[in-house]
Amino acid sequence: MYQQHVPITRSQQVAQNVHILEFQSEAIAAEAIPGQFLNIRPSRFYDPFLRRAYSIHRVMGDRLEIIYNVVGKGSALFAEAKVGETLDILGPLGTPFHLEGEFRRAVLVSGGVGIAPMPFLGDWLLKQGKQVANIYGARTAAMIADDGRLHNARYATDDGSLDFHGNVVGLLQQFLAEEGADGLRVFACGPNKMLMALGDFCQLRGIPLEVSLECQMACGIGICQGCPVEMATGDRKYTLVCTHGPNYDYNHIRLESIPAVH
Amino acid sequence: MTELQIRNARFKNPVLTASGTFGYGLECPDLFDVSQLGGVVTKSISRKPRDGNPPQRIAETSSGGMLNSIGLANVGVDVFLDQKLPALLQRKATVIVNIAASSVEEYCYVLERCEEHEGIAGYEINVSCPNVKDGGLSFGTNCPAVANITRELRGRTDRFLSMKLTPNVASIGEFARACEAEGADAVSCVNTFIGMDIDVGTRRPKIATITGGYSGPAILPMALAKVYEVRKAVKIPIIGIGGIMTAEDAIKFLVVGASLVQLGTVLFVDPMAATTIPKGIEEYMQRNGFRHLTDLIGSLDVTMQPSLVAAGWS
Repeated sequence: MYQQHVPITRSQQVAQNVHILEFQSEAIAAEAIPGQFLNIRPSRFYDPFLRRAYSIHRVMGDRLEIIYNVVGKGSALFAEAKVGETLDILGPLGTPFHLEGEFRRAVLVSGGVGIAPMPFLGDWLLKQGKQVANIYGARTAAMIADDGRLHNARYATDDGSLDFHGNVVGLLQQFLAEEGADGLRVFACGPNKMLMALGDFCQLRGIPLEVSLECQMACGIGICQGCPVEMATGDRKYTLVCTHGPNYDYNHIRLESIPAVH
Repeated sequence: MTELQIRNARFKNPVLTASGTFGYGLECPDLFDVSQLGGVVTKSISRKPRDGNPPQRIAETSSGGMLNSIGLANVGVDVFLDQKLPALLQRKATVIVNIAASSVEEYCYVLERCEEHEGIAGYEINVSCPNVKDGGLSFGTNCPAVANITRELRGRTDRFLSMKLTPNVASIGEFARACEAEGADAVSCVNTFIGMDIDVGTRRPKIATITGGYSGPAILPMALAKVYEVRKAVKIPIIGIGGIMTAEDAIKFLVVGASLVQLGTVLFVDPMAATTIPKGIEEYMQRNGFRHLTDLIGSLDVTMQPSLVAAGWS
């Protein structure tokens, strides 16, 4: 874990309301594992005040990328940031995706900007000799951020403007009908409603599902205790998304305990 | 130059981490060495483990601050003493145990359990948590109750004892006087201000408990005024807390009369502040010819402007 002021090396809009920031940090890039996140200070002034947590999207040598929607004051400032300026970054943070255990094939299911942790995860799994497929859903084709680097991708759009007309659960069902569920593990990130629908789907079929959660945080390192999610197992009521998460076996948590993000 | 002793507690420098803002002091070992802090004030410890409040527990406010309603989530005194304390002591931290309770008996129980253990530098008593019904604020806004808790705990320890006061009272000086009279070594001023925010889209509160504790740079002037009020009310040392983001902010509390300060919300935004602020204070002292911290503490100059004196202000 480092707190560093790192130079921005690329800032680019890649789809409708979807932006990428790339920056350089040898130390953070070397330590990062898929599913981990960075907590980035949006301003050196006090408004916006708290850091913003973003999954590590890609790691290329000493460069890291985050991907984000512009939704408020903090993300608007990131979108205005220029190459050469520096960002105050804390990371890598959080418990990575759980990659141990038996599986030959991984399906990475993303909803909207839930694509965030998937390219890094896909690259990592391919290096481990796993088969990787991406299922990536968005409201419409213009919101899909894929520059061709996404491995073995299928798309689902609510309006049918690209590939599958429907949601990612429908597309996963189609995928399974074609490819079967043998030796499969699903990794998912997206709106909680999507994760819950996916959770029901996978539970019914006995497919292991690991979810990467998004929630509001302050510190990102376990000292404020501001980001609890209820546990479905074990003797503690809550787990902290920043340190025990953000990646969980779907059956270990109660997603409905997280209030809807406005 | 910046070391200080209060009763039998020695502080390497005047900068401590505030309770509830630095976990158990063990969460970010990579970032800095806790032995270099003036002290670590632990998360509030209660007799039994507490789960804390449901989400949403935190919200950023547009005014340079944040609301929290954590609800005293903690591991309980047994796990604290068995696991957290030894690890903190191994890292050579100066440990101040913060205690929260819902009865006088519980405060005494937790303190007595801690008394069985070596190495604790002292206690800070949370009589001011705004976020749980039984978490102390009912004591903290009742002066005889604060006096009683202070007296009971003073009778049970020779270690450093500071009472952490709420700013959500009409006269904080009165509470500080009660603590002084009952033998407290210091008062910690202040806990969070009660605050509230809502989302106008949903018209719902931003945190689950509707109101919560308001902290961050936005509260510094209010906290400083409370420390000034307490300084005029008592002779015992004050630990200044409230919105410190920089060394300059910390110096303001020292000048007004705090002997020590605590960093809280800043640690969520800039954890390295715990090392840069003590350095900044030392540099300020060197630049301005202060040879020891005690020369800086309470050096506030309130010489009246002649025009104000003429207008009847004094």
